[in-house]
Amino acid sequence: LGNNHLSRRQFITRSTKAGASILAACSIGYWFYDSAGPEGFSQDSTALAIPDFSMPQLGRRMSIIRGNNRSETLALALKSIGGIEAFIKKGDRVLLKVNAAFASPPMLSATTHPEIVSAITRLCFKAGAQSVMVTDNPINDPTSCFQLTGIEQAARSSGANVVLPRAESFKPYSFPGAQLIQKWPVLYKPLNAVDKVIGTAPVKDHHRSGASMIMKNWYGLLGGRRNVFHQDIHTIIKELALMVKPTLVVLDGTTTMMRNGPTGGSLGDLKQTHTMIVATDQVAADAFGASLLGKAIEALPFIKKAEDGGAGTADFKALNPVMESI
Amino acid sequence: MKILTTRRITQIFFFALFIWFCVVTTLGEHWRQLRGWPVNWIIELDPLVGLGTLLTTRTLYAGLLWGLATVVLTIILGRFFCGWLCPLGSIHQFIGYLARRKKSVKARLKLNQYHPAQSLKYWILVFLLGMAAAELAIDLLRLPRTHTEWFAAAMLLGLAVVVIVGVRRMTTNIKRAVAAVAAIGIGWVLSSFLLHGDWRPVASLQIGLLDPISLVYRSINLVALPIIDRTTLVVSNSPRLYATTWLIAAVFLISVLLNFISPRFYCRFVCPLGALFGVLGRFALWRIGKSREECMDCQLCQKNCEGACQPPERIRTAECILCLNCINDCHHGLMGYHGTPSAGGEVVAPGLSRREFLVAALSGTAAIPMLRIGGSPGPHWNPNLVRPPGSLPEERFLARCIKCGQCMRICPTNVIHPAGLTAGLEGLWTPVLNFRIGTSGCQHNCIACGYLCPTAAIRPISLDERKGINRYASQGPIKIGTAFVDRGRCLPWAMDRPCIVCQENCPVSPKAIFTREQFNIVRIDWPLIVKNADSTKIEFEADALVSGQYATGDYFCVVQQSLDQRPRRIVANSYRSLEVDGKLPFTNPPQPQNSVLLQIRLQQPYVDPRLCIGCGVCEHECPVRGKRAIRVTAENESRSRDHALIVQG
Repeated sequence: LGNNHLSRRQFITRSTKAGASILAACSIGYWFYDSAGPEGFSQDSTALAIPDFSMPQLGRRMSIIRGNNRSETLALALKSIGGIEAFIKKGDRVLLKVNAAFASPPMLSATTHPEIVSAITRLCFKAGAQSVMVTDNPINDPTSCFQLTGIEQAARSSGANVVLPRAESFKPYSFPGAQLIQKWPVLYKPLNAVDKVIGTAPVKDHHRSGASMIMKNWYGLLGGRRNVFHQDIHTIIKELALMVKPTLVVLDGTTTMMRNGPTGGSLGDLKQTHTMIVATDQVAADAFGASLLGKAIEALPFIKKAEDGGAGTADFKALNPVMESI
Repeated sequence: MKILTTRRITQIFFFALFIWFCVVTTLGEHWRQLRGWPVNWIIELDPLVGLGTLLTTRTLYAGLLWGLATVVLTIILGRFFCGWLCPLGSIHQFIGYLARRKKSVKARLKLNQYHPAQSLKYWILVFLLGMAAAELAIDLLRLPRTHTEWFAAAMLLGLAVVVIVGVRRMTTNIKRAVAAVAAIGIGWVLSSFLLHGDWRPVASLQIGLLDPISLVYRSINLVALPIIDRTTLVVSNSPRLYATTWLIAAVFLISVLLNFISPRFYCRFVCPLGALFGVLGRFALWRIGKSREECMDCQLCQKNCEGACQPPERIRTAECILCLNCINDCHHGLMGYHGTPSAGGEVVAPGLSRREFLVAALSGTAAIPMLRIGGSPGPHWNPNLVRPPGSLPEERFLARCIKCGQCMRICPTNVIHPAGLTAGLEGLWTPVLNFRIGTSGCQHNCIACGYLCPTAAIRPISLDERKGINRYASQGPIKIGTAFVDRGRCLPWAMDRPCIVCQENCPVSPKAIFTREQFNIVRIDWPLIVKNADSTKIEFEADALVSGQYATGDYFCVVQQSLDQRPRRIVANSYRSLEVDGKLPFTNPPQPQNSVLLQIRLQQPYVDPRLCIGCGVCEHECPVRGKRAIRVTAENESRSRDHALIVQG
């Protein structure tokens, strides 16, 4: 047994290493021990808040301008409610929420007209805006939507950034007191990175809800499997209208999609209605828009629901809208 | 008592205990059935299960803490688990013994020669752990952005170590070392920017594919016991069937038959758990070895060497499974289990170089993200994948399930089955519900699987939570899917046959399946022309009916020319007459030459998605036995919001 003995040094080294391994294993075991097991559903109920972009100190304002040229009617509409400068201040970061839902050309009027995008962007920059961001979470492929609708080109040529909805832009959000918007992915990052929000949409027929105008257009801020909400369309539109408090809304009734909405697809679905509506009150804007579609407000339950919820008033005449023609 | 006898008794004890645990994992009234035995204990002792789930979930769930005991003992003693405890190892050792029993000493020495390919098991271990660690690795790479202070601390520590070591050892080039640390830091920061953003979880636990404990549990539970059930030694109360077990059986059989090529082939070449023990036993305080370098060189110590660890030469301690056969076989008393290394020298390191380790680990981490480019789990989820109630959301489920088959074994109704490719390649052998097989669907008042799952891939839920009552009233019952009526196959919908077995068996209250009444005109080859009639009886002109066929209570008749179109229930019929229920007689009896229509009253089933929990009792009971006329898919399962079918609220 002579030639195989362990020197004291070797023994200590080995014991130390073994001891250290045991200690490491035990502390890892202790540190990560979980007697209860996992929760079934992620409890990351985030306390995110969407800022209030409205400017109540300016009062409720609305203008309805008749004319065919969108740039002109929009400019006049804004001028007659105090000018863009009243709403957009120097250094403001502006989010323009367009309707880019479908990958279809602007002539079909299923999406926000590019001229609206460039006109609003230019006006914002004129008022001293630091940046204008154009976004939507469309139904069709986002990249194709922004390209084929002409919105991307219009935004780029007038200096705005198009923000495509990427996975990381959405955050699970709960709207306080809401029945449907609970822990639901919302296009939060753009909303949280701006000072002002302008919502703009064309006036369209919509088979499920009756009409798609300003309030329905906030649907494009939702992510996830949002079309389950079609099972309760008027409630979701109401909740969206309460969730977003815009600085200003621009409802484009130059051309109205009278049937086969929201996609349309034929020029035969369209009617020239020659109207541009700008308002601080989204419910009032939609209430007036209903008349362009030839629909009674009662036929569009979301308007009443939104009004009852406190998003605005359906009685647009109470705002004493400026009415002019070009 | 000889030490080998002790080892054999221990092996037999643990093997018997394992079989006992499998047998008692059966719901029933016999003493040999479920009575609170710690049936998961041997799984929990397996530190690879603990380590794997630790990497994927960063937690060590409940009983898996037992693995720590194995780890500590292995660090002190070496791979005792393989040689003394592992049930699969014992099977291999026994078969290997049978296989080489009649072989010559020379042949045996050759069989037990160390083979360089034994390093394969380290590749397997590192690859599988790499898969498990993918998410951890991504989070670590993102550290500079997510936890800048930790990153800074790590870099400072690295610098300090480099400088101290550099100063102490004059040979090290400090400048180069510092530059290397800086390069690592820069690379780290760059990767944190590269990997920014929300990642879908990419940790996947695949150790269960080859982990010997999972393998042997799965094989005994799902292959051996169902066969034993066919003999007079009945274990389960009703015969057990398991879909797609052929592959499980094939893997098990191959692993056993490989012992004819080389004893303990699986342990030597494949077993990732053995590889883990090989690594852990590196600093073992006791080890096998020669007590003197010069010996007779008879090689007999290798004759029965189970681990193929070359005891006559430089012994490979990572391969030694402590079978102690060498001690017994050495006629010169030179082999022993000492606190000192073998006098013949030792190879301590497992057979995997640093470069090989990196290749295996990186391949493993890349494997799951590559697999998931296919979109499953995710947008391309399979609706046929109905998981047991309490299952975690799919990605988190796959991060925990070790494919041991315990849930399938305990399920009293035999509705849980090992998945083939239903859950994708990474979901092989994970639990999926098959409502065609078994004694019932997934019973409303059963939560057995979650309590048995050793890793909480299926959470232990309470009955209250499953049913959505008391404390859980606000969130409603746990849904595992939704039933859909196939109107082209359903008897009342497509074939004018009354049925509604599904509605009757729906266990939910109020029932999730409801019916709407429908009267359909019965096909009859001849027109029914009235010859004469009174208030309850009609006689026809010609023989048109099969006697008694329409007296079942489901058939009604209407006189076409009458103003009173209320259907009257037929209570009797002959070949040319019928009688209606006297409770609703004809106020004006049909006139001769009137024509009569027979109707069948059908109740057609509908599913209310708000109430349906996807238990599949309807699918199990549906009398359309081939492809059922009502089938459950994972739509609306509670565990995934993306699978929601209806608006909650």
